[in-house]
Amino acid sequence: MRQDHIISAKQLSRADIEAVLDRAARIAADPGAYANSRAGALLGMLFFEPSTRTKMSFAAAIKRLGGDVVDMGPTEYSSVQKGESLADTVRVVEGYADALVLRHPSEGSAKMASEFVNVPLINAGDGAGQHPTQTLLDLYTIRDSAGLDDLTIGIMGDLKYGRTVHSLAYALTNFDTRQHFVSPVSLKLPRNVRYDLHETGASIKEHTDLDAVLSSLDVLYVTRIQRERFPDESEYRAVAGEYQIDAATLSEARDDLTVMHPLPRVDEIAHDVDATDHARYFEQAHNGVPVRMALLDMLLEGSA
Amino acid sequence: MTDERELRVSKIESGTVIDHVPGGKALHVLAILGIDGSGGEVVSIGMNVPSERLGRKDVVKVENRELSQSEVDVLSLIAPAATINIIRDFDVVEKSRVSRPESVTGVLKCPNVNCITSEKEPVQTRFEVLDDGVRCVYCDTIVREDIADHIEV
Repeated sequence: MRQDHIISAKQLSRADIEAVLDRAARIAADPGAYANSRAGALLGMLFFEPSTRTKMSFAAAIKRLGGDVVDMGPTEYSSVQKGESLADTVRVVEGYADALVLRHPSEGSAKMASEFVNVPLINAGDGAGQHPTQTLLDLYTIRDSAGLDDLTIGIMGDLKYGRTVHSLAYALTNFDTRQHFVSPVSLKLPRNVRYDLHETGASIKEHTDLDAVLSSLDVLYVTRIQRERFPDESEYRAVAGEYQIDAATLSEARDDLTVMHPLPRVDEIAHDVDATDHARYFEQAHNGVPVRMALLDMLLEGSA
Repeated sequence: MTDERELRVSKIESGTVIDHVPGGKALHVLAILGIDGSGGEVVSIGMNVPSERLGRKDVVKVENRELSQSEVDVLSLIAPAATINIIRDFDVVEKSRVSRPESVTGVLKCPNVNCITSEKEPVQTRFEVLDDGVRCVYCDTIVREDIADHIEV
């Protein structure tokens, strides 16, 4: 793989994805062998929005490769507060680091920022756009639990604004998958994502009810429906309540169903699911470290 | 016969005649050219003129003005059958059809208010041209209907 920037899942071919997942598997099997593979490398962290998993797992990943982070910190303590543009911020920080990780609330921010820098830039979430490294760790988890070919997956929740969904749905078109999208009508996949999926000839179906497909699924990928997407609390509660699962819901599912969630969850997966064999979401979050180690190792290989 | 109809809009000495614009789209063409009357340009418009090719067409004549490539590119999106005639001394010195570009830069505004191009960043909008619309290369938003409404003026 020779990629300068990781902006969107759309740029990743099947070979690219498999190269990252294969290296992640080798790293997970023997992390010590990679402890100094990027010694001295510095990763610039530019998080304009809150993050726990993505930020911490990127930091863990570069440190476990022998490198370190330089972190802009919260935006309220940075020059962003003084009105500095994103374009200027990334041009400054690229002088301090060997690669940049950017999370920003505006769609297209990572694409634009990448046009201003010469070091590799990784999109760690751009508004409701894309989150390609989440997708890589999702694919790693799916490959490990159910395999990526001949896969039937249900993706449920906020499909309109959920950037992890947009990236994952596209990346899955590289594999032999049947995708079922389950959401309230108001949170269906956006037009541009449906357009791309249809262009690839992917097998996709949209539903408003999980019952219609649950028993056929190998993987159920649940996402959070956010309160702020609804005009009032009662409407939110009514809709969100229909897209929550618990252990009883899953009694209708296949025994080997894998349940995933990019986290954080609120109510959409009841805690009684955690103890079932279906639950893989904490393991999924942990996979963020070897997968991001693999990705950083490969990107920095090209630029070192 | 055609002469009589054409004469509803008088000949111009020099400038550009944009012909075979879909009926009712002439004002959009003016918007693309950034013409709202305040600049003093001399403009003649024929709207919903009978046309063999289009049924009804609009014709726009602008005096002492030729079109830039980016204007022609956006014009092609709303008037794919348009012809552009450049007039000097009352004669057509150049006649061309518009062709759809691969992308248009700096002319359309992204309708997604959360797109990075809507913020104060040193970046021009850029849209990839699809078969049936355009798509923001930054945020991926697709615009199919009423493209002319998104022209930045």
